Amino acid sequence: MTALPTNTPIDKDTLEVLGPGYTYGSVTDKISSIVLTRKTSVRWWIGFSLTFTVVIVLVSAIGYLLAKGVGIWGVNVPVAWGFAIVNFVWWIGIGHAGTFISAFLLLLRQDWRTSINRFAEAMTLFAVACAGLFPLLHLGRPWVFYWLYPYPNTMLLWPQFRSPLVWDVFAVSTYATVSLLFWYVGLIPDMATLRDRSKSSIGRFSYGILAMGWTGAARHWQRYQIAYLLLAGLAAPLVISVHSIVGMDFAASQTPGWHSTIFPPYFVAGAIFSGFAMVVTLAIPLRSIFGLRDLITLRHLENCAKLMLVTGLIVAYGYATEAFIGWYSGNPYEIYVTANRAYGPYQLAYCALLFCNIFVPQFLWFRRIRQNVPMLFVIAVIVNIGMWLERFVIVITSLHRDFLPSSWGMYSPTFWDWATFIGTMGLFLCMFFVFVRILPVISIFEMRELVEQTSEEHAHAPEEQIDRMELAATTLEAEEDVWRERE
Amino acid sequence: MVTPSKIHGLLAEFDTTELLLEAAGRVREAGYVRCDAYSPFPVHGLSDAIGFRKTRVPLLVLIGGVVGGLGGFFMQWYANVISYPLIIAGRPNNSWPTWIPITFETTVLGASLSAVFGMLALNGLPRPYNPLFNVPVFSLASRDRFFICIEAADPKFDLATTRQFLETLHPRSVAEVQR
Repeated sequence: MTALPTNTPIDKDTLEVLGPGYTYGSVTDKISSIVLTRKTSVRWWIGFSLTFTVVIVLVSAIGYLLAKGVGIWGVNVPVAWGFAIVNFVWWIGIGHAGTFISAFLLLLRQDWRTSINRFAEAMTLFAVACAGLFPLLHLGRPWVFYWLYPYPNTMLLWPQFRSPLVWDVFAVSTYATVSLLFWYVGLIPDMATLRDRSKSSIGRFSYGILAMGWTGAARHWQRYQIAYLLLAGLAAPLVISVHSIVGMDFAASQTPGWHSTIFPPYFVAGAIFSGFAMVVTLAIPLRSIFGLRDLITLRHLENCAKLMLVTGLIVAYGYATEAFIGWYSGNPYEIYVTANRAYGPYQLAYCALLFCNIFVPQFLWFRRIRQNVPMLFVIAVIVNIGMWLERFVIVITSLHRDFLPSSWGMYSPTFWDWATFIGTMGLFLCMFFVFVRILPVISIFEMRELVEQTSEEHAHAPEEQIDRMELAATTLEAEEDVWRERE
Repeated sequence: MVTPSKIHGLLAEFDTTELLLEAAGRVREAGYVRCDAYSPFPVHGLSDAIGFRKTRVPLLVLIGGVVGGLGGFFMQWYANVISYPLIIAGRPNNSWPTWIPITFETTVLGASLSAVFGMLALNGLPRPYNPLFNVPVFSLASRDRFFICIEAADPKFDLATTRQFLETLHPRSVAEVQR
């Protein structure tokens, strides 16, 4: 409503889902300006260049791996899984919070999902891309990765459909496809917004292609909303299935420390725990760099923190159950693995994981800590580290000493293990930098919807803030003026 | 002034969702069928107001899910029972419980693909050219303005009377849409 006075929103912390004073127009302009009109900042270029350098490290590490083989990694018998699988599980877990936010919270009609779902979904996609690299590179001959899929082949062979590892291929590829579709469908109306706002012909052309001619017709919105809701309903059980199947990769084997029915649910909780930690890790710098503190508010951060606390407690329960069952099973190998985790050569990793995943999240019980942005950031980073350590402990300690002491061994990562792992972090962040530069980090049309909803709520709220009343009054006056002019 | 045959329709512009909803209802009551309302976000009740209720998207999703599920299951059944039976750990060839995870994944995949591509196909997207984009103010349909377009193809459409009718709905403006 250009004719109406718009109280310019200010970038400040608030506990509401949306800062005060926003209109459809101002929320649109603010989010699209990040992509369209604001100058690419020096900080963006520094961040992009640094992370791109790390991508080059990743490409070199992969190139060397393809030339020499997996022998350049620390994997060997008995620890054949090593960093590759640790990183795979870590990355794929991180992705799960994005789907959780976009699907579960949509189905539960949580209005605070709106300003964080877009970048959380992007996070999912990039995390899945990083995750997918590891098992492929770990294959030994990554160039024949397509053997994992059932296709008519001259060898007349099929994948082993009874194996959780093949289930994983289907789960992860379905997950990547559905996440991409979900993200893209969410982007279509925003691509139309950018197409209509863009000043450059390249922008109009490329956003126009991506918008596919979207006009916002009522019939289109109707089908769109139903399709989006159904996608959410499909993605919600999908995300549970993906990490359950990852859990079964372990649980279906007979290795002590892995052969346990708690793995699927405990993996799902851990995935959402680490995913929310990553959402918070990304949201805090994002909102301060782009001045989005009134769109990604303290309310969002606090809710993420609460979910971290809940899922963290489930993970803690998982650890306790694992240890208890290890003892209660009466199986000497299970008892040994449990004791070996706590007192064996990887004791430090185990203690650090308990510290990061059980002790540190307890601070989130306190509202003052949940609302303290720097503290929250530190806790989220610690949880990310802790969840990586959890996968390290699960993969390494179970494999390095199993049934026969004659086949015990130690695992230590090599330079190339670290280069590949850190390289994927660079890839993840680099893709994220590109994403925030060329696509709207917050769903614009859903924010307009939120403006509509919150303004309706406030119209019915008796204890209205005075400044908002004033705004409403001036809006009404201006509206009357418009009417008079027209008559 | 353009000749009537060059006209795609008349486009009325509105400021608020309330005006749009009311106008949409009136357009429908007046008996126009070839018309649509345009908004920057989904407006609750708008598709009802223009008389569009049923969509076939859920049916397509169901079909996609069933096809995906059956395809996934019988692919595994065919591989393990017909094409290459192999006894593993003494299990029967038709050890169907181990096929459920993949069946689930292919069900979700089939349903999701048909949700997205079905929605796009029913919406007639991608559509590279749309006459509405010839009206400059229509670019605000993706920001904060609401529109109703009555197409010239409508049997009741008449440039002068339809324009007069649209003017009674308190629009901000009424524009001719050229083809």
